[in-house]
Amino acid sequence: MSISTTGVLARPRTADARPDPPAKKRRPPDLRRWISPVALVLLWQAASSTGVLPPDELASPVTVARAAVDLAVDGELGSAFAVSLRRVAVGFVLGAAAGLALGLLAGLSRWSETLVDPPVQMLRTLPHLGLIPLFILWFGIGEEPKIALIACGVAFPLYLNLHSGIRQTDPDLLEAARVLGYTRAERVRHVVLPSAVPQTLVGLRIALGTAWLSLIVAEQVNADAGIGHLINNAREFLRTDVVVVGLLVYALLGLTTDALVRGLERRVLRWQTR
Amino acid sequence: MADPVITSAVRVRGLTRTFGTRRVLRDVDLDIAGGEFVALLGRSGSGKSTLLRVLAGLDREVRGEVDVPGTVSVAFQQPRLLPWRRVWRNVSLGLRGVDGRAVAVKALAEVQLAGHAEAWPLTLSGGEAQRVSLARALVREPDVLLLDEPFGALDALTRLAMHALVERLWNTHRPAVLLVTHDVDEALLLADRVLVLDDGHVITEHRVDLARPRDRGSLVDLRAEVLADLGVDRETT
Ligand SMILES: Nc1ncnc2c1ncn2[C@@H]1O[C@H](COP(=O)(O)OP(=O)(O)OP(=O)(O)O)[C@@H](O)[C@H]1O
Ligand SMILES: [Mg+2]
Repeated sequence: MSISTTGVLARPRTADARPDPPAKKRRPPDLRRWISPVALVLLWQAASSTGVLPPDELASPVTVARAAVDLAVDGELGSAFAVSLRRVAVGFVLGAAAGLALGLLAGLSRWSETLVDPPVQMLRTLPHLGLIPLFILWFGIGEEPKIALIACGVAFPLYLNLHSGIRQTDPDLLEAARVLGYTRAERVRHVVLPSAVPQTLVGLRIALGTAWLSLIVAEQVNADAGIGHLINNAREFLRTDVVVVGLLVYALLGLTTDALVRGLERRVLRWQTR
Repeated sequence: MADPVITSAVRVRGLTRTFGTRRVLRDVDLDIAGGEFVALLGRSGSGKSTLLRVLAGLDREVRGEVDVPGTVSVAFQQPRLLPWRRVWRNVSLGLRGVDGRAVAVKALAEVQLAGHAEAWPLTLSGGEAQRVSLARALVREPDVLLLDEPFGALDALTRLAMHALVERLWNTHRPAVLLVTHDVDEALLLADRVLVLDDGHVITEHRVDLARPRDRGSLVDLRAEVLADLGVDRETT
């Protein structure tokens, strides 16, 4: 028996060290992964310098960088950026409010689900970017159709993921909560909503991706300000350098929001770290 | 039919539960006195969990009389902790009118897990999670504690430690206990009374009038009897 006793005693000791999970080791960035991207940029520059790639088809990296600096210095880039950012922000907030509210309603009440879910499921089969003509007819060509388009792109993925996240709540956990005497409000707050969070974050990522896409499409169709306007203007004057700068800004915005969501996921889902 | 004075923690008469055309519980009678420790044995599918769910108030689609006047707490076969709440919150959630944190830490100390109050449930070992689940059930100071094979998934050594723990906690708090188990030894070591459920029916009942803590040697005869009730001729362990 003495052997097994030490076996029993040894367990808690190792377990006690566990509440502080060892800090995740960050791997040093693998510099080799930069070889081919840098080579491609150099190749691009070489093709431009030797005239293989004419500037009215694609400006050289150096020209693009210079254009970026010029646009930034005279404030044009900043103001265009602000206009586009505001469109996305307003559209996102409106769409998120609608998507989350409807998702909660449908997820938490059977009756609301019966009423809300069928039309939403039907509408989501419409490709929302195809709604532009209607939105222009309804809202004119100002900010409203762009914001409406972005809001639509945001609302659907959030609704669908929040709703299904709520529906996927583990019935065993709900049952346990009931035995333990949780009120309905406590069950929603501590069981249902937290278990829907991971799925909702997936929806958030999709929603942000769609928001940027909607912005770009809406700004291509008509815009008197913003990054899209900058790009369209540049096209008329064959300024491919400015076009590329605009595209890079779009990409940068997308990357930034993605990083924000990933940061949010790490924070909100820290209970998942084993 | 109703007793004018309710002395028992659990009183069940003629309980019948049907799923579709299958009668999983047939005309079950069950009494558990306050503070009594009862073990419920039976093969897989004999209706043990079904009975327990009825007693816990989770299943009301039954015929018969079910009377559980006091407060009930359950520890399930799986710990069923909320992975997104820290261990101490899991223990204290649903409690009212107390300092949840202090109460939870005290209950965790009783199951030797005070140091894990701040941990996330997913970082616990199986045995630790099961002990948290036990602490969560006990912290409600229930009149009736229902345990559905709470040690089923644990290794033999941890089970031994858990038996001692349950016995100690029961001694301290004295709830009426219904312990569902597959393990005859476990039942005989812990319970005042061992019931055998077969095919939805309580077929036998054994009193275990032995002083605690019990050692396995004194249980040999009873063990053979109970195993016979369960339809096991040859001792396998
Ligand atoms: N919700 C349900 N619907 C249909 N049949 C059910 C349901 N719940 C239980 N049963 C059936 O009732 C029978 C008894 O189930 P129960 O879970 O009570 O068995 P048990 O004695 O706890 O078995 P085990 O020891 O394997 O846990 C099983 O045959 C099961 O299939
Ligand atoms: Mg069972």
